[in-house]
Amino acid sequence: MTDGDRFPPGTRVRTFPHDPPHHTRLPRYARGKRGVVVEPEGPAELADVSAQGRGDAPVEQIYAVRFAARDLWGEGDHHVVLDLWESYLEEDPDRDR
Amino acid sequence: MTGEHLDATIARRVRRLETLLEEKGLITGERVDEAIDAFLASSSPANGARVVARAWTDEAYRSRLLADGTAAVRELGYMEGSYQRLRVVENTADTHNVIVCTLCSCYPLRLLGPSPSWYKSEAYRSRVVREPRSVLREFGLELPGTVDITVWDSSAESRYMVLPRRPEGTEGLTEEELAALVTRNALIGTATV
Repeated sequence: MTDGDRFPPGTRVRTFPHDPPHHTRLPRYARGKRGVVVEPEGPAELADVSAQGRGDAPVEQIYAVRFAARDLWGEGDHHVVLDLWESYLEEDPDRDR
Repeated sequence: MTGEHLDATIARRVRRLETLLEEKGLITGERVDEAIDAFLASSSPANGARVVARAWTDEAYRSRLLADGTAAVRELGYMEGSYQRLRVVENTADTHNVIVCTLCSCYPLRLLGPSPSWYKSEAYRSRVVREPRSVLREFGLELPGTVDITVWDSSAESRYMVLPRRPEGTEGLTEEELAALVTRNALIGTATV
Protein backbone atom coordinates (compact mmCIF):
# COMPACT_ATOMS: atom_id res chain seq x y z
CA MET A 1 0.00 0.00 0.00
CA THR A 2 1.39 3.37 -0.92
CA ASP A 3 -1.60 5.66 -0.66
CA GLY A 4 -0.94 6.68 2.91
CA ASP A 5 -4.16 5.38 4.41
CA ARG A 6 -2.88 2.34 6.26
CA PHE A 7 -1.89 4.44 9.27
CA PRO A 8 -4.05 7.58 9.43
CA PRO A 9 -2.83 10.48 11.59
CA GLY A 10 -3.24 9.61 15.26
CA THR A 11 -2.69 5.86 14.78
CA ARG A 12 -0.63 4.34 17.58
CA VAL A 13 2.17 2.30 16.04
CA ARG A 14 5.16 0.28 17.13
CA THR A 15 8.44 0.10 15.24
CA PHE A 16 10.23 -3.09 14.27
CA PRO A 17 12.55 -4.33 17.01
CA HIS A 18 15.27 -6.05 15.00
CA ASP A 19 18.66 -4.93 13.65
CA PRO A 20 18.75 -5.91 9.97
CA PRO A 21 22.05 -7.03 8.38
CA HIS A 22 21.96 -4.14 5.89
CA HIS A 23 21.52 -0.37 5.72
CA THR A 24 18.26 0.88 7.21
CA ARG A 25 16.74 4.26 8.03
CA LEU A 26 15.17 3.04 11.25
CA PRO A 27 17.65 4.42 13.79
CA ARG A 28 18.75 2.11 16.57
CA TYR A 29 17.29 4.38 19.26
CA ALA A 30 13.80 4.02 17.77
CA ARG A 31 13.66 0.23 17.42
CA GLY A 32 10.74 -1.56 19.07
CA LYS A 33 9.33 1.77 20.29
CA ARG A 34 5.78 3.08 20.50
CA GLY A 35 4.76 6.28 18.75
CA VAL A 36 1.87 8.11 17.11
CA VAL A 37 1.52 8.83 13.38
CA VAL A 38 1.62 12.57 12.60
CA GLU A 39 1.03 12.41 8.86
CA PRO A 40 1.88 10.50 5.68
CA GLU A 41 4.73 12.20 3.79
CA GLY A 42 4.45 10.60 0.39
CA PRO A 43 5.86 7.43 -1.13
CA ALA A 44 9.53 6.66 -1.74
CA GLU A 45 11.69 3.67 -2.57
CA LEU A 46 12.61 1.65 0.49
CA ALA A 47 16.16 2.75 1.29
CA ASP A 48 17.03 -0.61 2.88
CA VAL A 49 16.79 -2.22 -0.57
CA SER A 50 17.92 0.63 -2.84
CA ALA A 51 21.06 1.12 -0.70
CA GLN A 52 22.10 -2.41 -1.66
CA GLY A 53 22.27 -1.26 -5.27
CA ARG A 54 19.22 -3.31 -6.19
CA GLY A 55 16.76 -2.03 -8.74
CA ASP A 56 13.74 -3.74 -7.23
CA ALA A 57 13.21 -1.58 -4.16
CA PRO A 58 9.51 -1.43 -3.27
CA VAL A 59 7.88 1.98 -3.10
CA GLU A 60 6.32 2.54 0.30
CA GLN A 61 4.57 5.33 2.10
CA ILE A 62 6.72 7.25 4.59
CA TYR A 63 5.09 8.40 7.80
CA ALA A 64 6.16 11.06 10.27
CA VAL A 65 5.89 9.37 13.67
CA ARG A 66 6.03 11.22 16.99
CA PHE A 67 7.68 9.58 20.00
CA ALA A 68 7.70 10.71 23.62
CA ALA A 69 11.24 11.00 24.96
CA ARG A 70 10.46 8.81 27.96
CA ASP A 71 9.38 6.01 25.57
CA LEU A 72 12.69 6.29 23.73
CA TRP A 73 15.10 6.96 26.57
CA GLY A 74 13.15 6.28 29.76
CA GLU A 75 13.37 9.98 30.64
CA GLY A 76 12.90 13.44 29.23
CA ASP A 77 9.89 15.66 28.55
CA HIS A 78 10.44 16.37 24.83
CA HIS A 79 9.28 14.62 21.68
CA VAL A 80 11.10 13.26 18.65
CA VAL A 81 9.51 13.03 15.20
CA LEU A 82 11.03 10.52 12.79
CA ASP A 83 10.27 9.76 9.14
CA LEU A 84 9.71 6.03 8.83
CA TRP A 85 8.89 3.73 5.92
CA GLU A 86 5.65 1.79 6.22
CA SER A 87 7.31 -1.62 6.62
CA TYR A 88 9.13 -0.38 9.76
CA LEU A 89 5.75 0.00 11.45
CA GLU A 90 2.93 -2.08 12.77
CA GLU A 91 -0.20 -1.03 14.56
CA ASP A 92 0.48 -1.03 18.29
CA PRO A 93 -1.14 -4.19 19.69
CA ASP A 94 -1.19 -2.62 23.17
CA ARG A 95 -2.64 0.67 22.00
CA ASP A 96 -5.30 0.61 24.72
CA ARG A 97 -2.82 0.16 27.52
CA MET B 1 23.25 -1.07 10.53
CA THR B 2 22.22 2.54 10.41
CA GLY B 3 25.83 3.59 10.95
CA GLU B 4 26.99 2.14 7.64
CA HIS B 5 26.77 4.18 4.51
CA LEU B 6 27.63 3.57 0.92
CA ASP B 7 28.80 7.12 0.31
CA ALA B 8 32.29 5.92 -0.59
CA THR B 9 30.90 3.61 -3.26
CA ILE B 10 28.71 6.35 -4.67
CA ALA B 11 31.60 8.82 -4.61
CA ARG B 12 33.78 6.35 -6.54
CA ARG B 13 30.97 5.75 -9.04
CA VAL B 14 30.48 9.50 -9.57
CA ARG B 15 34.22 10.06 -10.08
CA ARG B 16 34.37 7.19 -12.57
CA LEU B 17 31.34 8.50 -14.47
CA GLU B 18 32.81 12.00 -14.56
CA THR B 19 36.09 10.61 -15.90
CA LEU B 20 34.29 8.66 -18.64
CA LEU B 21 32.22 11.70 -19.66
CA GLU B 22 35.37 13.80 -19.80
CA GLU B 23 37.23 11.17 -21.86
CA LYS B 24 34.38 11.08 -24.36
CA GLY B 25 34.45 14.87 -24.58
CA LEU B 26 30.89 15.26 -23.30
CA ILE B 27 31.81 17.47 -20.34
CA THR B 28 34.85 19.24 -18.97
CA GLY B 29 36.00 19.43 -15.37
CA GLU B 30 35.67 23.21 -15.55
CA ARG B 31 32.02 22.92 -16.57
CA VAL B 32 31.31 20.59 -13.63
CA ASP B 33 33.03 22.99 -11.22
CA GLU B 34 30.99 25.88 -12.62
CA ALA B 35 27.75 23.96 -12.09
CA ILE B 36 28.69 23.09 -8.50
CA ASP B 37 29.75 26.68 -7.80
CA ALA B 38 26.46 27.99 -9.22
CA PHE B 39 24.48 25.55 -7.07
CA LEU B 40 26.35 26.54 -3.91
CA ALA B 41 26.13 30.26 -4.74
CA SER B 42 22.35 29.98 -4.93
CA SER B 43 22.20 27.99 -1.64
CA SER B 44 22.36 30.25 1.38
CA PRO B 45 20.57 30.84 4.68
CA ALA B 46 19.46 34.16 3.16
CA ASN B 47 16.93 32.05 1.19
CA GLY B 48 15.40 30.54 4.32
CA ALA B 49 15.43 33.96 5.98
CA ARG B 50 13.50 35.45 3.08
CA VAL B 51 10.89 32.67 3.36
CA VAL B 52 10.52 33.39 7.09
CA ALA B 53 10.18 37.15 6.57
CA ARG B 54 7.45 36.56 3.98
CA ALA B 55 5.60 34.27 6.40
CA TRP B 56 5.87 36.91 9.15
CA THR B 57 4.37 39.60 6.95
CA ASP B 58 1.83 37.66 4.89
CA GLU B 59 -0.61 35.52 6.87
CA ALA B 60 -1.92 33.70 3.78
CA TYR B 61 1.64 32.82 2.78
CA ARG B 62 2.36 31.57 6.32
CA SER B 63 -0.64 29.22 6.10
CA ARG B 64 0.49 27.89 2.73
CA LEU B 65 4.05 27.46 4.00
CA LEU B 66 2.96 25.38 6.98
CA ALA B 67 0.51 23.31 4.89
CA ASP B 68 2.90 22.57 2.01
CA GLY B 69 6.43 23.87 2.47
CA THR B 70 7.71 22.63 -0.87
CA ALA B 71 5.04 24.44 -2.90
CA ALA B 72 5.32 27.62 -0.80
CA VAL B 73 9.11 27.98 -1.18
CA ARG B 74 8.78 27.31 -4.91
CA GLU B 75 6.53 30.38 -5.08
CA LEU B 76 9.66 32.33 -4.11
CA GLY B 77 11.84 30.44 -6.60
CA TYR B 78 13.52 27.96 -4.23
CA MET B 79 13.87 24.17 -4.49
CA GLU B 80 12.95 24.16 -8.17
CA GLY B 81 13.55 20.70 -9.59
CA SER B 82 14.28 19.17 -6.19
CA TYR B 83 12.68 15.80 -5.48
CA GLN B 84 12.78 16.50 -1.76
CA ARG B 85 9.80 17.49 0.32
CA LEU B 86 10.11 20.45 2.67
CA ARG B 87 8.20 20.57 5.91
CA VAL B 88 8.29 23.86 7.79
CA VAL B 89 7.67 23.56 11.53
CA GLU B 90 6.51 26.59 13.47
CA ASN B 91 7.73 27.74 16.87
CA THR B 92 5.02 29.13 19.13
CA ALA B 93 4.83 30.39 22.72
CA ASP B 94 4.45 26.75 23.88
CA THR B 95 6.53 24.77 21.39
CA HIS B 96 10.08 24.91 20.11
CA ASN B 97 11.37 22.86 17.18
CA VAL B 98 14.89 21.78 16.42
CA ILE B 99 16.23 19.87 13.41
CA VAL B 100 18.78 17.05 13.24
CA CYS B 101 19.71 14.10 11.07
CA THR B 102 20.88 11.36 13.44
CA LEU B 103 21.83 8.95 10.64
CA CYS B 104 24.02 11.27 8.59
CA SER B 105 23.67 14.97 7.81
CA CYS B 106 20.44 15.54 5.82
CA TYR B 107 19.84 19.27 5.68
CA PRO B 108 17.79 21.71 3.54
CA LEU B 109 20.90 22.86 1.68
CA ARG B 110 19.07 24.98 -0.91
CA LEU B 111 17.43 27.07 1.81
CA LEU B 112 20.19 27.09 4.43
CA GLY B 113 23.41 26.73 2.43
CA PRO B 114 26.11 24.20 3.40
CA SER B 115 25.55 22.85 6.90
CA PRO B 116 27.78 23.94 9.79
CA SER B 117 30.32 21.36 10.99
CA TRP B 118 28.63 20.95 14.38
CA TYR B 119 25.44 19.83 12.62
CA LYS B 120 27.37 16.86 11.23
CA SER B 121 29.18 16.10 14.48
CA GLU B 122 28.39 12.90 16.33
CA ALA B 123 27.97 14.89 19.55
CA TYR B 124 25.13 17.03 18.17
CA ARG B 125 23.46 14.16 16.30
CA SER B 126 23.45 11.79 19.26
CA ARG B 127 22.72 14.29 22.02
CA VAL B 128 20.03 16.58 20.63
CA VAL B 129 17.48 13.75 20.33
CA ARG B 130 18.20 12.68 23.88
CA GLU B 131 18.77 15.89 25.84
CA PRO B 132 17.72 18.82 23.62
CA ARG B 133 17.29 21.21 26.53
CA SER B 134 20.93 20.80 27.58
CA VAL B 135 22.19 21.03 23.99
CA LEU B 136 20.18 24.20 23.33
CA ARG B 137 21.51 25.68 26.57
CA GLU B 138 25.03 25.13 25.24
CA PHE B 139 24.00 27.13 22.17
CA GLY B 140 22.96 29.91 24.56
CA LEU B 141 19.26 29.18 24.24
CA GLU B 142 17.53 28.81 27.61
CA LEU B 143 13.89 27.77 27.12
CA PRO B 144 11.28 27.98 29.88
CA GLY B 145 10.32 24.58 31.32
CA THR B 146 6.79 25.12 30.04
CA VAL B 147 7.94 25.07 26.40
CA ASP B 148 7.61 21.64 24.79
CA ILE B 149 10.55 20.75 22.56
CA THR B 150 10.09 18.66 19.43
CA VAL B 151 13.19 17.30 17.71
CA TRP B 152 12.71 16.50 13.99
CA ASP B 153 15.05 13.72 12.87
CA SER B 154 15.18 13.99 9.08
CA SER B 155 16.20 10.45 8.28
CA ALA B 156 14.21 9.91 5.07
CA GLU B 157 13.17 12.05 2.08
CA SER B 158 11.75 15.11 3.84
CA ARG B 159 13.80 18.12 4.83
CA TYR B 160 12.82 20.37 7.70
CA MET B 161 13.14 24.07 8.41
CA VAL B 162 12.03 25.96 11.51
CA LEU B 163 9.76 28.99 11.26
CA PRO B 164 10.99 31.03 14.25
CA ARG B 165 8.76 33.36 16.25
CA ARG B 166 8.75 36.95 15.08
CA PRO B 167 10.39 39.09 17.75
CA GLU B 168 8.37 41.73 19.52
CA GLY B 169 8.89 45.34 18.57
CA THR B 170 9.46 44.60 14.87
CA GLU B 171 6.09 45.86 13.60
CA GLY B 172 7.66 48.75 11.72
CA LEU B 173 10.29 46.72 9.89
CA THR B 174 10.19 45.94 6.18
CA GLU B 175 10.29 42.36 4.90
CA GLU B 176 13.94 42.86 3.95
CA GLU B 177 14.83 44.20 7.41
CA LEU B 178 13.02 41.27 9.03
CA ALA B 179 14.92 38.77 6.85
CA ALA B 180 18.20 40.29 8.06
CA LEU B 181 17.28 39.30 11.65
CA VAL B 182 16.93 35.59 10.83
CA THR B 183 20.08 33.55 11.43
CA ARG B 184 20.97 30.11 10.13
CA ASN B 185 20.78 28.67 13.64
CA ALA B 186 17.27 30.08 14.06
CA LEU B 187 16.26 28.13 10.93
CA ILE B 188 17.73 24.94 12.45
CA GLY B 189 16.20 25.67 15.86
CA THR B 190 19.41 26.05 17.88
CA ALA B 191 18.62 29.75 18.31
CA THR B 192 15.63 32.06 18.37
CA VAL B 193 15.31 35.44 16.67
